[in-house]
This record gives sequence, C-alpha cells and structure tokens, in this order.
Amino acid sequence: MAALQAVGLTRLIGEGDGVTLVRDISLNFTAGEFVCITGPSGSGKSSLLYLLGLLDQPTAGDVLVDGRSTQRLSRDALADLRLAKLGFVFQFHFLLPEFSAFDNVVLPIRRLGRLRGRAADRRAEALLDRLGLAASMHKRPGQMSGGQRQRVAIARALANDPPVVLADEPTGNLDTHNATEVFRLFQEIAAEGRLVVAVTHDLDLAREASRRVHLVDGALAPVPGVALD
Amino acid sequence: MPLALSIALAHLIGRRRQTVVSVFGVGLGVAFFIGLSSLMLGFQRDFIARIIDTSPHVLIRDEYRTPRIQPAVMQWPDQPVVVHGLKPRDEVRGIRTAREILAALADLPDVVAAPVLAGPVFLRYGSADRSATLTGISPVVERRVTTLERDLLSGSLDSLSTTANGIILGELLAQRLGVGVGGTITATSAAGVVMRMTVVAVFRSGITTLDASNAYALTKRVQVLLNRPEVINLIRLRLADAEQARSVAAVLERRFAYKAESWEETNSNVLTVFVIQRAIIFSTVGAILIVACFGIFNVISTVIHEKARDIAILKSMGFRESDVRHIFLIEGLMLGMIGVAIGWGLGFLLVELLGSIRFNNEGFIRAQGFVLFRSWIHYGIGGAVAMVASILAAWLPARKAARVNPVDIVRGAA
Ligand SMILES: Nc1ncnc2c1ncn2[C@@H]1O[C@H](COP(=O)(O)OP(=O)(O)OP(=O)(O)O)[C@@H](O)[C@H]1O
Ligand SMILES: [Mg+2]
Repeated sequence: MAALQAVGLTRLIGEGDGVTLVRDISLNFTAGEFVCITGPSGSGKSSLLYLLGLLDQPTAGDVLVDGRSTQRLSRDALADLRLAKLGFVFQFHFLLPEFSAFDNVVLPIRRLGRLRGRAADRRAEALLDRLGLAASMHKRPGQMSGGQRQRVAIARALANDPPVVLADEPTGNLDTHNATEVFRLFQEIAAEGRLVVAVTHDLDLAREASRRVHLVDGALAPVPGVALD
Repeated sequence: MPLALSIALAHLIGRRRQTVVSVFGVGLGVAFFIGLSSLMLGFQRDFIARIIDTSPHVLIRDEYRTPRIQPAVMQWPDQPVVVHGLKPRDEVRGIRTAREILAALADLPDVVAAPVLAGPVFLRYGSADRSATLTGISPVVERRVTTLERDLLSGSLDSLSTTANGIILGELLAQRLGVGVGGTITATSAAGVVMRMTVVAVFRSGITTLDASNAYALTKRVQVLLNRPEVINLIRLRLADAEQARSVAAVLERRFAYKAESWEETNSNVLTVFVIQRAIIFSTVGAILIVACFGIFNVISTVIHEKARDIAILKSMGFRESDVRHIFLIEGLMLGMIGVAIGWGLGFLLVELLGSIRFNNEGFIRAQGFVLFRSWIHYGIGGAVAMVASILAAWLPARKAARVNPVDIVRGAA
C-alpha cells in the first residue's frame, strides 16, 4: 500500500481564469522511498508539497495517507494527521527562537502526548544525539550555525516518528558540505522505512534520491536527464 | 509546564517593556477603581448613616401631595369632568387630625412618633442675625426619635424644660451668631412675635445644613412665638428599621391623607446626586480600564504580528487552531492576572494613603478626613472586570492568530 498518494491533484488560485499552481497530478509514494521533486522555479514544486503535507487543500483531487482519503477531514483532523504522520523541513529552519534546540524538538512530542515526561525528553535527546547535536542541545537557534539549525529542524520533523517526511528545499540555505550531510541523513531516514519527499534545485543532490519527479508549469513532466539516456 | 503556557510566557518575556507597561495599565485601572470606590461609597454610606441616625425616618407634613378629589368629579365619576385652578389645600393651622394620628401611631409596633411645630424664625444676637428653622419639641419624646441629645456639645436636653425660654442651636448657627451657652438671643417670627431666648445647649450633627440652620425649643414656646397655639405641623417618626421608611410612609399617607415622606424622599436631591456621582466614577474608572485593555490588545496583537512565522510553524507541525488560540488567550489571562495583582496591591496602598490624610471638610458633612468604605467586593469587582476585559482584549487577536494560514507565511518567508 502506498504511504502517500496524490490522486488528480489540482490547485487553482483566484476566480475564473486564475493561476494554476498544480494541475492534475497523480503520484504514488511507498514507504522507504526517497523522492526528489525537481523543476524550474515557479513550476509548482512547493505548491505540490504543501498539498501532500495537508497544509493546503486542493481545488480538485485527493491526498491519501495510509490509503485513507483526506478530502473531507476537518481542519482539526488534518492537524492531528500532520502531528502524528507527517514531518516537515523547510528551507528556513523555522525553529521557535525563544526555545532551545531540545525544547523545539520536544514540543511536538508533548503535543502528541504519546510519550510523556521523561520518556518524551529521552526521545528528544536521542534524536538530537543522533543528529550530532548532543553538545548544542540547550542552545537557542540564534546561537547555532545554519547547518546545526537545519539538523534541529530535521530532528523536530522526526520527533513523533512519522512515516512521511516532507522537505521544501531543505538545503537551499546551506553550503555544499552541509547540504550533502542533510541528504545523507534523508537517505538514512528513508532506509529506516520512511517515505522522504524533498524538493530541490540541486541536480547533483537529486541524483542521490531513489526516484525523481519533475514538474513543469504545475504538471508532471519527464525527468530531463533520464529522458536523454 | 503546559505547552501553551510555556510558549505564552516566552512571548511575553520576549516583549518585556510592552508587557510591563500593559500590566501596569491594568494595575492602575484596578487600583483607581478600588481607591475611588471606597472613597465615594465611604462618603455616601457615612452620609446616609448620619441621616438615618440623626433625622426622622418618616415625616408627616401638614400638606397634601395631590389636590383632594373635588365634589364635581365625585358626582360624575365616569364623565370627563375637569376642574380648573385647583391647588393643594394649604392648611395654615397645621395637622388638624394630629391627635387621632398620634393615637393610631401609638398602636404601631417599632414606631415612635413625635409631634412638633416647626417654622422659620429670625435670630439676633447683638448685631449678628440669622434665619433658622425653629422646631418645637418635647425632650422626653425627642430622645426617642432623634439623636439630638447625643449630638449635644454642651448643655442638656432637659435644660429646655428647666430654663425659661431655652433654645438649642446648631454649632455653626451659634458660631455665626457669635453666641455661646448662656447667651440670650432675640427670636422674631413672621407672625411678629418677639421672644428673648437663652441658649441652653449647642449640638453638632455633622451634617452641615442641619448644624447651620436648625434650632430647638419647647413646643409650647414655639407655638407662642409662631402664634399658632395648640398647633403642630409635623409628626416625626423613628422606625426600628429605617429600610421600611418608604413603605411605612406610603401606608400612612394612604391612611391619613397628609403627605408622609420617607427619609429617602426628604433627601432625594442628595441621593440623586449620589447616583450621578456613582455613574461618573464608575464610567471614569471603566474608561481607565478600557484604555488599559487596549494595552493588552496591543501587546498581543504585536506578538501575533511578530510571531506569525512561529504560528505557521506550530500549525504545520500539527497544532490545532484551538491550541494557537489558547496560547494567546493565556497571554491575555496572564497579563490580566498580573495586572490585577498589581492593582490590588496599589489599590490597598491608595486606600491606606487616603485614609491617612487629615483635613477639615465642610461640605455636605463635616469630617476630619476621608471616610472610606473598605470592602473586598471592590477588589472582586475591579479584578473581575479587568480579567473579563483582558480576556476580551486577547480574544480578538487570538482568533486572528488561530486563522493564520501556514502556507501564506511559509511562502512569504521563502
Ligand atoms: N498566492 C499566490 N497567488 C498567485 N500566484 C501564486 C501564489 N502562490 C504561488 N503562486 C505562483 O504559482 C507558481 C508556483 O509556485 P511554487 O511556489 O509552487 O513554485 P516553486 O516550484 O516552488 O518555485 P521555487 O522553485 O521558486 O520555489 C509560481 O508561478 C508562483 O508565482
Ligand atoms: Mg518553492
């Protein structure tokens, strides 16, 4: 069964002949895959990712999580799905600036409430430790480097052990070394049996993925490099 | 610590100066409410207590409230009869049925009645002269109906009976005439009678108008002076329960036809002023509180504006709209609670400060300082109003925050 499924996803903005962000996209993603979405700027990569991540609602079509439709879910139900099943990483780390790395990671764990008290703390510590942040655990985002912050954001995305991790240009603000590091992490995460979907501009990094999806003008297109082979 | 609370705290600590300002705004509002309420109500309650204490609770006058029903109207009760030029009958000779009324009143429990004759006189001592209301009383009954005896500064009530033509003056009246106990003054009435009277006592009720214009003598002397022998024009009643004055007055008026007014009616002008006073004070303080709550609205709106990105990220992480709303409602709640706590402290200090001020006041009443009404109810009301206003002030921006669409913010930041 597909971990995540897009069925005829279309997203229009505005009345009448408004802008089409995404047009009739159907895709199946299975657990353990590391999928890269590529495409020119403005091709609708982010828009597709927001739809897959249930942050935005499609004008037509459906997103299936674990085979279940999300079309008719309330905003609260969608939020609950995001909390338990989806992890997000953005181009900007988007950490809460007043809280330490540890607090940022423990926040979604506490909100979900599956782990409580010390167990929640241990989970956050283990994640940060795994991402090489044991020493920076109690630093605030402002006291950390860009690479460290992005790793904290990845730890937060993994906080509730979600089956799906979505990333929108997670390396856009990182140097080559840190970017490679992040992609290596994504490969690892996917190898654990999760689905990782990452949007990227960097074709070198995209090659690391197990599959590539190419968008042009909001619609699926053949992956350029592959088509030439 | 609950998640929402820790996030809310972080936000407020992040905007320390604004937080402090808004909290003090609320605090001052609450403090003023407490201070002004206890000042105003202290004064009003003291005044009313003095009135209830010193003056009769019900007065039966030798007047009618409405013209008597005319024979023409009685003759054709269902016809549109109009009688022009009617006036309430002015009974110059006082209450004619006084004897019956007094007899009837004597049978009522919890009521003490004192018939008096009161009228305007002109008092002269040397070259000083004053007009005054002279009331003819009987010392025996008077001590059961008013607190005149207790209010005497010098002399005694009984000396009215033992001194020929004795008179008791209000303290201010005596001062203005420049006369003391033992002095002899001349009293002149509108009837033209002149009487030399000896001041036997001076009283101080604390109510300025009474002390400046009232004098007492034996009923017989006053009847002679006013040239109205055997006449009384007022029956003063003291009730065991002053709260009953209104209903007792209504019953008596229906029964005896003469106008019977309760102490509330007699003092209605002052009591109306009190109502206006309360309205002014409460709306002033209400305005202060509202302004204070704009402070809260401002802090929370600013935080929400600044933290739009954090809100978006919380929502994308899976926080519900209600979670987000709670964060900002908690912020309002915290600002309100800290503000109220500060307000209670400042309010207490303010009341104590007002209580320690000493001065001589000659307004409605004479006092050596503010009479304060200290009540936890002021703390309760002030606190409750501030809390409700704080929550309202937080509610509007919180609702807006909960509706933030994370996609808009995430896109905008990219
Ligand atoms: N709210 C909006 N109103 C109008 N047009 C929009 C809106 N949001 C996005 N667009 C347009 O939709 C198209 C797709 O945007 P999207 O952000 O998905 O592209 P993208 O592939 O992620 O681009 P980039 O690589 O630059 O991030 C773009 O042309 C963008 O200008
Ligand atoms: Mg994009």
